[in-house]
Amino acid sequence: MISISNLSKRFGKLQVLKSMELDFERGVSYAMMGPNGSGKTTLIKCILGLVVPDKGRILVNGTDIKGSWAYRSDIGYMPQIGRYPDHMRIGQLFDMIQNIRKDKTDFDLDLVKLFQLDQMLDKPMRTLSGGTRQKVSAALAFMFDPGIYILDEPTAGLDPLAVEALKEKIAEERERGKLIIITSHILSDLDELTSHAIYLFEGNIFYNNNIDELKKETGEERFSSAIARLMEWSQKGSHVKISKNAEIT
Amino acid sequence: MLKLLKYSLYNILRTRFTLLYFGFLLLATFAIYSLDHDLARVSLSLLNVVLLVVPLICIVFATVHFYNSYEFIELMLAQPVNRTTVFMSQILAVGISLSLAFMGGIGIPMLIYGGEASMIYLLFVGVMLSLVFTGLAYLASVMTRDKAKAIGITLLFWVFFSLIYDGLVLFMIYVFYDYPLENATLAMVMLNPVDLARVIMLMQLDVSALMGFTGAFFQNFFGSIRGTLISSGVLLLWILIPVYFALRVFKRKDL
Repeated sequence: MISISNLSKRFGKLQVLKSMELDFERGVSYAMMGPNGSGKTTLIKCILGLVVPDKGRILVNGTDIKGSWAYRSDIGYMPQIGRYPDHMRIGQLFDMIQNIRKDKTDFDLDLVKLFQLDQMLDKPMRTLSGGTRQKVSAALAFMFDPGIYILDEPTAGLDPLAVEALKEKIAEERERGKLIIITSHILSDLDELTSHAIYLFEGNIFYNNNIDELKKETGEERFSSAIARLMEWSQKGSHVKISKNAEIT
Repeated sequence: MLKLLKYSLYNILRTRFTLLYFGFLLLATFAIYSLDHDLARVSLSLLNVVLLVVPLICIVFATVHFYNSYEFIELMLAQPVNRTTVFMSQILAVGISLSLAFMGGIGIPMLIYGGEASMIYLLFVGVMLSLVFTGLAYLASVMTRDKAKAIGITLLFWVFFSLIYDGLVLFMIYVFYDYPLENATLAMVMLNPVDLARVIMLMQLDVSALMGFTGAFFQNFFGSIRGTLISSGVLLLWILIPVYFALRVFKRKDL
């Protein structure tokens, strides 16, 4: 579905991504983790074409994304911080995006209803709280029934009720065989929603395997302790690079 | 493209700035008309407004608008939309609304009080200058992430083309007084859109006799239809080249 090879990106002096190799497959939900500044958001923005990589290739559904844009119609993206034109009303925003993405005619409005956004369609975006903005972002990401979901810290700032609604929706979409990539620092959410762990550290992939294997390799029963162990190892600068099929002694 | 253009135009109308600009030009033009009854002198006064005020307002507004629509641009680029389309619809929306405000603001009083043929050129030159400076503003904006820096650069463009450049040209003419300078000055005029606009207009106003020998030379070049066509073509290049480079930078820009 998404295949990334030799991806490198540098911002000024800072090498954010260091020739990264990564594959995402349909029907799997990925937890993308890593400390702040490890390159998660940059990687996501590269996939979306918002950031242009220095080197490397990204294939989405088999087509090279370089200079291409149509592939984005199969991606639902929820940004970490949703920024929208200030003066636009929620309803106008929805209308505009629907109008521009004319490849679909029936829209998935479940989240709009669940978050009760349909009751505040004429609220201007600038008056919205952080959490409501986040709800708008989520509603937009799920509106077009895409094959790929990229959710950058989806539950941050949402109230517990909304978090539950969103999680249910994500689980539903997972059941339907969609590819889901979630970055988050809230491990309990990831534990519930994902089956595969990717741990980024300083622009490299430090770990990439499914969560059952992760638990086995780290010798921990619980997801959060397994991740804590991973963080420890990465911080120590452990030379044992752990990746698929690597053995830990 | 048309859809995006529609939304971009709508965004600009929301800010009401162009309306203000239109009102300002309208007022200024009415004032100039009421001060003077000689149409040639009205033209000349209007020319000064066009040469000084229009570039300044266009370049500052276009820069500020680019940064104000950053969210909109970001939102669009995460959708299945072509980058070129996003960029062109933005710049076209700014260019169109500034040109319309200008044509309305200067043109409506002209329709009421009447004018002469040279005023058609005035409108043309003003629209061209609006587009040139919109393009320059976008070029400066896509090259830097910092709004204050971009506004600084664009103001520098304006000061350079409106004030400093003429000084440089005069200085050169003064220093190389003993040499035949016609072709060199002609070339230098081509390298400054504001000068180009001024010369096109002055030739139409028939005040070139005041400009001495060089004036006669320019009259010879610009006064003929061929001269006007060539200089308009160069002005067009002044629009297209900055826009082309701005688009190239924008296509590789990280958001």
